[in-house]
Amino acid sequence: MNFKAWWHRLGSPKWFYRVSGPWQSLFLSLALALLAIGTVWGLAFAPPDYQQGNSFRIIYVHVPAAMLAQSVYLLLGVAGALLLVWRMKLAGLVLETLVPFGMGATALALFSGAIWGKPTWGAWWVFDGRTTATLVLLFLYFGLHALRRAIPDPAAASRACALLAIVGVINIPIIKYSVHWWTTLHQGATFKLTTAPAMPAAMWAPLLVNVLGAYCLLAANLVAKLRNAILRRERSSRWVRDLMDGSQPSIGPAPSPNRPSAAPSHSQRSAAP
Amino acid sequence: MFDDWQAFIAMGGHGLYVWLAYGAALALLILHLVRLRADWRKTLRLLRSKRDQDHASQAP
Repeated sequence: MNFKAWWHRLGSPKWFYRVSGPWQSLFLSLALALLAIGTVWGLAFAPPDYQQGNSFRIIYVHVPAAMLAQSVYLLLGVAGALLLVWRMKLAGLVLETLVPFGMGATALALFSGAIWGKPTWGAWWVFDGRTTATLVLLFLYFGLHALRRAIPDPAAASRACALLAIVGVINIPIIKYSVHWWTTLHQGATFKLTTAPAMPAAMWAPLLVNVLGAYCLLAANLVAKLRNAILRRERSSRWVRDLMDGSQPSIGPAPSPNRPSAAPSHSQRSAAP
Repeated sequence: MFDDWQAFIAMGGHGLYVWLAYGAALALLILHLVRLRADWRKTLRLLRSKRDQDHASQAP
């Protein structure tokens, strides 16, 4: 398949809906399994830190949450660019559906950071580079949420949100390099691409598991929200109406035994003249 | 490694901080799953009412 056709299809909601069916349950089960393993491992079996004692275990919540907070915003920025430059429909839906997830991750990063700061730094909150920039990140998420609601026309709201998302991306390198640029209490990155972690494997291995779990959760959330948004937006189109009328077993997130009423009821009703 | 459950809960005196952080994460995860389910239900409701409208307008 040539690149242009592939690129075009990637932006097509219908195509995405068709292929993404199995992804959602796969990512969600992976996420829950990894997070359960990483959390139990980190809480009960990782050795305590020689300086911080057991409070260091907050790292297994804090770092995945902070990584998600920044990654989601980066995704929003990319989606904003794809929407403004190539008018990719799917990018508009990403921009619309991913904001609450990023907001939650940022709030958790700040909250767990504050809780970690109290026994470690002696203060719940310090206005240093990284914490302040992360607070700005939370306000950017609030801004995206408010902007969407403030503009009644969905297309205009999407363009405004795209612009805010793109401009706000400047905050991400500030968060990343803040610990090098300014004097800070905040420790540097645990995982780097170029060097081995400074902590022993028994400490960073559960963190890696939780980080992978967090990204699987992001993927599951993205796929589920996109599929729902696609169905809502395209509800008048031929293929969605066929989906509702046809005998497809389920149009839902994942075929699951405790959701039997999803399809049978409407296939019965549509059988009436 | 912890000697017993009590030591595990106490976290060497940092229990409050550790469990507060993990509790918040768990609460957020549950909220997230509940919201995801609500989003799916809302979608299904909208599609069904759309289909029922279509069928009503097709009837003679």
